[in-house]
Amino acid sequence: MKINIGKLDSCVLITQPAQFLFVTESFVGKVLGMPERQILFCPGSELFLLFLSTGGSLTKLAYYSTVQHKVARVRSFDHSGKDAEQEHEPPYEISVQEEITARLHFIKFENTYIEACLDFIKDHLVNTETKVIQATGGGAYKFKDLIEEKLRLKVDKEDVMTCLIKGCNFVLKNIPHEAFMYQKDADPEFRFQTNHPNIFPYLLVNIGSGVSIVKVETEDKFEWIGGSSIGGGTFWGLGALLTKTKKFDELLHLASKGQHTNVDMLVRDVYGGAYQTLGLSGNLIASSFGKSATADKEFSKEDMSKSLLHMISNDIGQLACLYAKLHNLDRVYFGGFFIRGHPVTMRTITYSINFFSKGEVQALFLRHEGYLGAIGAFLKGAEQDNPNQYSWGENYAGSSGLMSTSPELFPMQRARSGTFDLLEMDRLERPLVNLPLLLDPSSYIPDTVDLTDDAMARKYWLTCFEEALDGVVNRAIASQPDAIDAAERAEKFRQKYWNKLQTLRHQPFAYGTLTVRSLLETREHCLNEFNFPDPYSKVKQRENGIALKCFQRVIRSLDSLGWEERQFALVKGLLAGNVFDWGAKAVSDVLESEPQFGFEEAKRKLQERPWLVDSYGEWLQRLKGPPHKCALIFADNSGIDIILGVFPFVRELLFRGTEVILACNSGPALNDVTYNESLIVAERIAAMDPLIQSALREDKLLLVQTGSSSPCLDLSRLDKGLAVLVRERSTDLVVIEGMGRAIHTNYHAALRCESLKLAVIKNSWLADRLGGRLFSVIFKYEVPAK
Amino acid sequence: MEMPSLLPHPGAHWVGRRDWFALRRRTGWRPAKGGASAEVAAAEEEEAVGTGGRHGRERRRLLLMGAGRSEAPMEHQGRAAAAPAAAATITTTAAATAVSSPPGPPASASSSSGEPGPGGPVLEPRRREPARRRASSTSAASSSSLTSSASAAVDSQFRGAASGVSRERPGSYSGATHATRQRLESLKKNRPLFPWFGLDIGGTLVKLVYFEPKDITAEEEEEEVESLKSIRKYLTSNVAYGSAGIRDVHLELKDLTLCGRKGNLHFIRFPTHDMPAFIQMGRDKNFSSLHTVFCATGGGAYKFEQDFLTIGDLQLCKLDELDCLIKGILYIDSVGFNGRSQCYYFENPADSEKCQKLPFNLKNPYPLLLVNIGSGVSILAVYSKDNYKRVTGTSLGGGTFFGLCCLLTGCTTFEEALEMASRGDSTKVDKLVRDIYGGDYERFSLPGWAVASSFGNMMSKEKREAASKEDLARATLITITNNIGSIARMCALNENINQVVFVGNFLRINTISMRLLAYALDYWSKGQLKALFSEHEGYFGAVGALLELLKLP
Repeated sequence: MKINIGKLDSCVLITQPAQFLFVTESFVGKVLGMPERQILFCPGSELFLLFLSTGGSLTKLAYYSTVQHKVARVRSFDHSGKDAEQEHEPPYEISVQEEITARLHFIKFENTYIEACLDFIKDHLVNTETKVIQATGGGAYKFKDLIEEKLRLKVDKEDVMTCLIKGCNFVLKNIPHEAFMYQKDADPEFRFQTNHPNIFPYLLVNIGSGVSIVKVETEDKFEWIGGSSIGGGTFWGLGALLTKTKKFDELLHLASKGQHTNVDMLVRDVYGGAYQTLGLSGNLIASSFGKSATADKEFSKEDMSKSLLHMISNDIGQLACLYAKLHNLDRVYFGGFFIRGHPVTMRTITYSINFFSKGEVQALFLRHEGYLGAIGAFLKGAEQDNPNQYSWGENYAGSSGLMSTSPELFPMQRARSGTFDLLEMDRLERPLVNLPLLLDPSSYIPDTVDLTDDAMARKYWLTCFEEALDGVVNRAIASQPDAIDAAERAEKFRQKYWNKLQTLRHQPFAYGTLTVRSLLETREHCLNEFNFPDPYSKVKQRENGIALKCFQRVIRSLDSLGWEERQFALVKGLLAGNVFDWGAKAVSDVLESEPQFGFEEAKRKLQERPWLVDSYGEWLQRLKGPPHKCALIFADNSGIDIILGVFPFVRELLFRGTEVILACNSGPALNDVTYNESLIVAERIAAMDPLIQSALREDKLLLVQTGSSSPCLDLSRLDKGLAVLVRERSTDLVVIEGMGRAIHTNYHAALRCESLKLAVIKNSWLADRLGGRLFSVIFKYEVPAK
Repeated sequence: MEMPSLLPHPGAHWVGRRDWFALRRRTGWRPAKGGASAEVAAAEEEEAVGTGGRHGRERRRLLLMGAGRSEAPMEHQGRAAAAPAAAATITTTAAATAVSSPPGPPASASSSSGEPGPGGPVLEPRRREPARRRASSTSAASSSSLTSSASAAVDSQFRGAASGVSRERPGSYSGATHATRQRLESLKKNRPLFPWFGLDIGGTLVKLVYFEPKDITAEEEEEEVESLKSIRKYLTSNVAYGSAGIRDVHLELKDLTLCGRKGNLHFIRFPTHDMPAFIQMGRDKNFSSLHTVFCATGGGAYKFEQDFLTIGDLQLCKLDELDCLIKGILYIDSVGFNGRSQCYYFENPADSEKCQKLPFNLKNPYPLLLVNIGSGVSILAVYSKDNYKRVTGTSLGGGTFFGLCCLLTGCTTFEEALEMASRGDSTKVDKLVRDIYGGDYERFSLPGWAVASSFGNMMSKEKREAASKEDLARATLITITNNIGSIARMCALNENINQVVFVGNFLRINTISMRLLAYALDYWSKGQLKALFSEHEGYFGAVGALLELLKLP
């Protein structure tokens, strides 16, 4: 059923399925006074308001949209190969197409907007058969009448806990670094967890006005195993009585300034100075509020609030530990308004869990804890679409970071981002899974350097990305010479990414663990946001054309070499090809200024052996042995890298009788070769080389997509098709090429089979860190321990 | 989980006694009459103890035995007749105190300070006196009877005795042959000298058990050191000591045989902040001369060890709190309660009509979960007499209940807090499951009457205004009790134990909590767990300390 709600943004709103309700992006923008997002909703975009959750002071709105955006497509010319060989002719054509992808939006805003919001919905809700709106949370009761009266819709109260748990499972599976530990006084305070391949079983402790403790065993199986009446409501209610302070946030603020030792009876108060001899800590609380019973004096609001906070946090932590122990669980996630965005409560809960479990239980918090109910309600409402069969990715461009609205941490931040907190998730077309060859998926960490941890490195990389921004902006404008608004959009991109970098300077933890990978991915998301789907498409096109022309000459020269010389030349070719990286400033400067810089020049730039990391000897020895069954190669750049570096290497493997899976990015990132480009390149090479041709025909050379659009590589989030193939073909060699994939990520990745990680260091700071110099070579051949 | 006002407990007649914790708050009320004076002094005392405040710091040392503080309890005991005598005898110390206490000393004290006394124990330097002095006081003491009405006289004698007797140091005095022989006999029997005390110094309360030998032979009586005798008489003939010391007469265990001696076991408690006064008294009465060993447990055994030594010249024998607790419980359960059962449980605890307190035979005590609720809470799993472990504890205990009640209602005594709670309605304060879900929350099988959020209704301004102090007191009690029940239940599950014994002074005269614990444990465990209670609630640590003194197993 469709409802035309007028010409607002030329949007046609569609109610589907029937219980959903719809608003437009501009509604969110205009009614709520939120800065409008830059997504261009084209006619036909579908927006579903899925969910309205109203809690104590915040309303959460979840909606689902299909976002139409531009993507760059490559296509072979529709004529014979011979014509294409002509000079100045590009090897394939590039077109920009519209693509529709699904996106989930979650917004939190203050309840003051709720009436305006409902009025707007009512005004535009004509001729609808929608009878039920899904709502959850305490506010579902509070605003039930208002909603029903205004909208003449029945409010279907979703079961809060079911929604919460569905949402929790969803974020734990789909959002990297969703869970974190909080340690006050540690640097960094936030320690993010890599996504565990098996998230079950776990304990969810939801601290709302009371406490619910739920054991989650599988996707659909969970059990309420207990609870406590001493929760956030106790802190708030009792705190209001004791201090005459009405607001929850103010109470927390008071608590953060108080001294509980003035109110609580400590062990040292009972034992005097002798507690040390007993091995007790004198600071332990023997009796909460014990001093308010034995002393006759006034107590400060701050001290009482602090004592109350300790009392409640300790009590919850203790019960959580008792339940965790009884059910043999060691992961406990905490959520609910008592925790949400409050470092003070995260700190006391963490302390309590550590104390009572003696470190055996981990207190974990979630970056998107406030959205769990909303996400869960969406998943529940959309069950027929089976959203769980897809993978989802957090869109860094459209999401505000952790604590973006926390006044405690960042008063300035709050003023900047207003009262809105956003989360956007893009639906990925295909599910993502672990590489089956990972030695231990649960301990795999893609990133080599944790920039949240490493302040020096963080400072360098943030500056590095700032300095590279001009170049990226120029490249983006140049990629769309026909678009009149390109400069304007590019400027907006610059602003957005600049702001993200500034946020990350102050809150490195805003989007989980800060890494070079996340910085690169954020940049890609921001570019996409402003419709620069592939700024390097033209560069890649030209370079592929040039490299293709050199292919046969390179092959002939390789074939003329003896076996051992050829092996070395192939490796050198791989490395030289890898020099061509527009992502590296040192290289892009060269490429900009020396258009003639080519394969041979690149080879001369390379470090002479012995390389910085050099296991070439072992590799050569290995090649003298039996051929590998199947090699999986993660390719890096377009042009010379893929065509003159990777393909000759592939050809040699095929020649040895090794099958090859060549994995390229699903979507564009810098000048990295995409899957679609790799198809064309392979086709063109096949036309020149019978060995490649037959391998393609006989499925001995397989081209696959990684599922990623990042210059880096996360082996725990790979396209399921790739994973299936890797298993089917009994892959026994993994080759990872390039800085982004083999150094920034996966440098320490342990695999169950042989692996080759090679890269040329094109960044002097990184070279310094690794003890080398610019254009130092990493050649790391690893054989797993038997 | 609201409970109606509950049945009187055997100790219910103690409810309303304001002496207990009387020193808590300046704002606290007191009946006018003679008690008023004591109140003022008490309040000042509080200042001195708590903050080292404005008024006479020395006063604290008099607290326990001093001044008119015993009046209020005495009135409540219906022994008003003794009051004039008391007032008269009190004066010695009161007068001494008055010297150093500025604001309006009690009229009764100042007007009747006829007896000069030895210049006040506070200021009195330690000095040796000839034993002769002792004889005269002895004769006075022996003439007094053991009836309670004579307490005042005894009090005076005690003081007299203290100032006289205490100087005797066996061995340093040639005439002490009798005493020496007696001691040798005792040693032969491997029995410590009298007096037999067990002390448990907690965060809020000091628990003292005293064994009164009733089989004293004439010879013994004659040879008995005077101070020993007067201690015995003082303790056994009074039910209240100082402003806040109480002897729980109803708990007295009669005709007990300990180390071959027959006698009665007395149970006495006083606030921990009166410890300095207690120690001072020990000094004044020269306990050290008795060469008795003070077996003490509880945190205070550590905290006050140095004071005992330097001020009272007394060497404490510090004992492990939990060892004593368990020892005490097992012993007390074995001797019963004057022919009755020590251990009991509640049948139909939620039903005010049908609820019954029934004896429980703890014939298979192990394994046992022991929940000791004092200021804080300790939970122990006991597998045998010598095999136990501390499972966990919580800081939300009796101290929290009383502390929060003081802040929320301005009450000044534990009894007052409980009395208010008995009249309140916690459902006005707490948010129940039915307040949120309109009834039972079936998804999780949560009954509508269960508390979803303690004090949850107090988030709303209107409801805050509508809640009475009694409601708040009740809610505080329910919150603390439910939480203890919940933690105890989880521990019982984790330790796989199904009988849970709740002890500690939080449960004294607190039938509301006991019934709630009984009900909650039964309900949430679906009948798997049984909550048990014990008549001597808070005294087990002290009993254990006494048993240690006697080297009893």
